[in-house]
Amino acid sequence: MATPLVVSEVAKSFTMHLRDGITLPVVSGVSFSVKKGECVVLGGPSGVGKSSILKMLYGNYAVDAGQILIEHQGHLVDLATAVPRAVLEVRRDTLGYVSQFLRVVPRVSALDVVAEPLLARGVAQDEARAKASELLAKLNLPRELWQLPPATFSGGEQQRVNIARGFITDHVILLLDEPTASLDAKNRRVVVEMIAAKKAEGVALLGIFHDEEVRDAVADRILDVSAFSPRKAAA
Amino acid sequence: MSAVPLLKVNDVSKFYGSRIGCRNVSFELWPGEVLAIVGESGSGKTTLLSCLSTRLMPTSGVVEYHMRDGQYRDLARMGEAERRFLMRTDWGFVHQNPADGLRMTVSAGANVGERLMAVGDRHYGNIRATAADWLRRVEIEEDRIDDQPRAFSGGMRQRLQIARNLVTSPRLVFMDEPTGGLDVSVQARLLDLVRGLVHDLGLSAIIVTHDLAVARLLSHRMMVMKDGLVIEQGLTDRVLDDPREPYTQLLVSSILQV
Amino acid sequence: MTDLATYNFAYLDEQTKRMIRRAILKAISIPGYQVPFASREMPMPYGWGTGGVQVTAAILGPDDVLKVIDQGADDTTNAVSIRAFFQKVANVAVTTKTREATIIQTRHRIPEETLTAGQTLVYQVPIPEPLRFLEPRETETRKMHALEEYGLMHVKLYEDIARNGHIATTYAYPVKVEGRYVMDPSPTPKFDNPKMHMSEALQLFGAGREKRIYAVPPYTEVVSLDFEDHPFEIQHFDKPCALCGAEQVYLDEVILDDKGGRMFVCSDTDHCEDRRAHGHAGHLLAQQEAAE
Repeated sequence: MATPLVVSEVAKSFTMHLRDGITLPVVSGVSFSVKKGECVVLGGPSGVGKSSILKMLYGNYAVDAGQILIEHQGHLVDLATAVPRAVLEVRRDTLGYVSQFLRVVPRVSALDVVAEPLLARGVAQDEARAKASELLAKLNLPRELWQLPPATFSGGEQQRVNIARGFITDHVILLLDEPTASLDAKNRRVVVEMIAAKKAEGVALLGIFHDEEVRDAVADRILDVSAFSPRKAAA
Repeated sequence: MSAVPLLKVNDVSKFYGSRIGCRNVSFELWPGEVLAIVGESGSGKTTLLSCLSTRLMPTSGVVEYHMRDGQYRDLARMGEAERRFLMRTDWGFVHQNPADGLRMTVSAGANVGERLMAVGDRHYGNIRATAADWLRRVEIEEDRIDDQPRAFSGGMRQRLQIARNLVTSPRLVFMDEPTGGLDVSVQARLLDLVRGLVHDLGLSAIIVTHDLAVARLLSHRMMVMKDGLVIEQGLTDRVLDDPREPYTQLLVSSILQV
Repeated sequence: MTDLATYNFAYLDEQTKRMIRRAILKAISIPGYQVPFASREMPMPYGWGTGGVQVTAAILGPDDVLKVIDQGADDTTNAVSIRAFFQKVANVAVTTKTREATIIQTRHRIPEETLTAGQTLVYQVPIPEPLRFLEPRETETRKMHALEEYGLMHVKLYEDIARNGHIATTYAYPVKVEGRYVMDPSPTPKFDNPKMHMSEALQLFGAGREKRIYAVPPYTEVVSLDFEDHPFEIQHFDKPCALCGAEQVYLDEVILDDKGGRMFVCSDTDHCEDRRAHGHAGHLLAQQEAAE
């Protein structure tokens, strides 16, 4: 089975220059891989570095050491060292991300926020909007909100816009940072179904889920991040 | 990925006597890429922008541009006629103060049409139609086409300046604090507009700003400048979410949260 | 006569004339290009033709025959004064007949009669820079000329059409000389622009206050700027000249009384007189004669 995501010996620490330059180790020796059609869930107590790992994988956080190998259009890209435009290209075509919070752009409607990743890949506007409508309908976002910018939406509504935006493409790797945190039971089930569909399509998923019910429903295996915690290693 | 960069900047320095404007700046700008240069006043970001856009001659270093004919040209060695032609066809420059980039006493239509006339367009009807189309694209009512920018609000003037620059389909646009001095709501509209145009036209842009929110929204990549040096650069998300340098951390932590 | 008097002909010392002639030669070599020159103080105020007078003084020789017109007329104050001035200081022959003159100094008109080889037309120019009203910086306009950046000139015409539906510029209408420099033909009506094109006569332009001389040599292409869909055209008059009946000439409006009476007559007085001497009569003249 193909393995589109391989993480090898990744380490990360923060140097806080505004606090006398103290160094906060986050994780070290992070090594794992995700196969096609597999959903791996990062586990462990909060503060152990789960979100940081996702952010490194998406390129938001720099990596101190190690490799993050992504299979991108037939060749391997090491995101730990890739130049910005390579990272952007991987994000556009290969690597999707549903963040915990939606970053809203003024004046852009919910529908266009969702359609944007497709437009960026050159899909025609009508087609992209049709696909976006389909997803928003599936996630039960009230139709009267579609044309409004999501800045004033509730947390749950924003999260559904965010999920639709993350799921609209056929990216082969998808990172999920607590996508169901502020959803009700009905919409959580929708998301679980959508994840199952992605798995069936052969997408490699890596996520953080605090909700046990969801986690049990989607996870093929759980990776305990405390194993990479430097505090534990030092102990 | 496009095979070659649009702009190659190699070790550019500018000194004002013994004072440093900017020092040892090197980077490449790729087609379709938006680069933000951030830093506080006096950090050298505007000096750098001027050196890149040939408004200033660098003291040392080379800036090369990938011409439409496929050749790289050293901008400092280009003849003035050719450089000025480049600036009004393949480049744009959006000033912070629209009055610096517009002709305040000629109509909006002529402001947009000037570049077309400069490259030899001699059909009034076509020039006017193109100008009207561009006014629409920057959300200025078409019936304002014969009004002078003096009668426009700050936001409208800035949008007119953008239309005036984009009418010749440039490949590279320089922007110096394009949202400076505008109300927040007007800023949002302008940012959204610029974002859309950059995407639709596949523009490359270099935007100088001290506003990190502007950089976040518009740019793919950013460079942080301090005391004339580029102290940190990378993917915009990365620099803002995981700033490494002390000054960048200070800058990011100083953003007011709403 | 002393040696000095033989050496120094008429007005302006020979060194000054030499300087002006050099500027003129340079101007002739680069048609339409504004050559800076060290304009002298003249015994008349700026705006009265100090540039034209200096050019005329520099090219005038004892054998020349001088004609001076102001708005086409030989008998207005400015024309009479300048003609008298040169009569006194140069002792040259003067005339009002276009065809007899070797040098014609003009303000705001080109004679109706086609000029011929050997004649020189000297224009008095107030503002030589055609780009000035749109670009106030001299450094910038010079650069624009040097680099042939003339888009701005069309901006002015664009504004005309946008405001008036047609090109409303009627005088000082910009021209391109020999496919290179854009030039202000001084405040002549655009009616006269076509006369500049491929003229057999030498045309010299002097701007005293602005210290510039420029020229259109004989047989030079002079094209009025325009748009494809708004081509250049000259003024048309509904009626012929009231005195001589001439058509296809430039007419001045003359108020006859305080009851709205008016007539349109040739602005070129010599042309009008010449026609009348040859028996042509306009409707007003015919009425007068009938009344007598």
